[in-house]
Amino acid sequence: MQLQPMAAERLSQAAPPADAAIAIDDVTLRFVTPDGHMMTAIRDFTMTVARGEFACVVGPTGCGKSTTLNLVTGLLRPTTGNVRVMGNPVNDISRDIGFVFQADALFPWRSVIDNVAAGPLYRGTPKAQAYERARDWIGRVGLGRFEKHYPHQLSGGMRKRVALAQTFINQPKILLMDEPFSALDMQTRTAMQDELLGLWSEQKSSVVFVTHDLEEAVALADKVYVLTAGPGTVKSVYRIDLPRPRVMADIRYDPKFVEIAKVIWNDLREEVQLGQSRTLQTGH
Amino acid sequence: MTAISSTADHAAVRDASIAVAEGRARARLRRRHALVIGLRLAILVVFLGLWELGADYNIIDPFFFASPSGIRDQIRVWVTEGTSQGPLWLQIYVTLEETFLGFVIGAVGGIAAGIILGRNRLLADVFSIYIKIANSVPRVVLGSVFIIALGLGMASKVALAVVMVFFVVFANAFQGVREADRAMIANAQILGASPFQITRTVIIPSAMSWILASLHVSFGFALVGAVVGEFLGAKQGMGLLISTAQGAFNANGVFAAMIILAVMALVVEFIITRFENYVVKWRPAPFNEQGT
Repeated sequence: MQLQPMAAERLSQAAPPADAAIAIDDVTLRFVTPDGHMMTAIRDFTMTVARGEFACVVGPTGCGKSTTLNLVTGLLRPTTGNVRVMGNPVNDISRDIGFVFQADALFPWRSVIDNVAAGPLYRGTPKAQAYERARDWIGRVGLGRFEKHYPHQLSGGMRKRVALAQTFINQPKILLMDEPFSALDMQTRTAMQDELLGLWSEQKSSVVFVTHDLEEAVALADKVYVLTAGPGTVKSVYRIDLPRPRVMADIRYDPKFVEIAKVIWNDLREEVQLGQSRTLQTGH
Repeated sequence: MTAISSTADHAAVRDASIAVAEGRARARLRRRHALVIGLRLAILVVFLGLWELGADYNIIDPFFFASPSGIRDQIRVWVTEGTSQGPLWLQIYVTLEETFLGFVIGAVGGIAAGIILGRNRLLADVFSIYIKIANSVPRVVLGSVFIIALGLGMASKVALAVVMVFFVVFANAFQGVREADRAMIANAQILGASPFQITRTVIIPSAMSWILASLHVSFGFALVGAVVGEFLGAKQGMGLLISTAQGAFNANGVFAAMIILAVMALVVEFIITRFENYVVKWRPAPFNEQGT
């Protein structure tokens, strides 16, 4: 197992450096379920994301992928271990963080521009300035003609564009994404991935992108974390050395991409099978 | 691989036939609309006609069950000559005023209580039992208490309307707050909203459709509260008018007052619907056949 192709170099896990954007150090998270049982969501979990790095987390269903994101936002506290964001311990929801949800989290009673302006308005930016910036961001995601529309009048892909603008307008240094494109069709998803990479390369934020789609992970990331079936811990970490800028529609036919995806899939497959058989046995 | 080309020549022909088909479909919709209206009118005419004929031939005793013409005459007398307790418009005005005051106070109180308890787990757990108890008391009975405590004036009717409205609106507002989408709240939180901002910009708008639904129902309840209150003891109002008519064995009077109340309720219902459409204009148009 030592012999890894150059493009998908398997990294060894070390203690996170102090200047990392996100440092999750040996974290275990347990919680008590409503019926009184102790559940371990993730155990001995270590993860480092450098500034400006794009990290993807893949793993079988229910292995605690989303939990890692909530540790970074501070919505969940580790039972043991510690989490640092931009060098500081996580106490409250940091202003540096942006979060794109899997489900539609736009406010349906607000028009596109009101949705995008929400972040700056919440943070106390004067109204005129907030709307000016919102207009700029709507233009950047290509929805200039839809400012006054309500979310229900837009397609799924357009709503995701609004969600991206809503998140990026706060200029987050840390961008967390929880399977954001999983509900989209293939073509729209490809377009959204390109959009995301474009925005990310301008903003230089550090990204943690959770997905169950390995190809999406390889195509987007600098670094891919493979998690074990729950309770999740890091099984292996791969560095993806595909050149940037990447074009999503073409990259999946790149032989190097195919090779990397194959190597990581071999690693991931056991966990997926384990996770599935466990689900069938326990029934949840 | 060969691409299959589409034929553009038929485009003009196709457009023409589409226009014809559209015209036919529109005509069909218009005819259906006319049919629905016609049938509605026919049912009304047949119902009133049978009632009137039944009364004329004494199959239905007009002394107990009134007759359409008798009701019409009663309304005409009230409109032109006034009622035994003063002009008709004054009775309507008094009842409407009581209803509105009760409705507004009850609704505002219900919304506020629903939001406060919906946002605070502990308060909700503590108070839920008392609210259940209060809700299971037949509230109309409170009317007697209010008459004793607050007298025959307006206050007792308003109080009864308030308790009728409060619990309905409260229950809906509470449920609406509880059902607010978790992802949406988390999104607002991460975008930088304070707890107060979350309540104002996420919780209240998402509870709004629940609250508005309860306002429709509870206006009817406010009217019932006001009229029953007048029934139990009053110096003015539609409820007193009914009770007087009842005392005089005037069935036409009871029905006439009932029709006036129904018209009042319909007018207000229409206004509430307009308000609702204005407030929730962000909602997708519902699949609605009613009222077309």
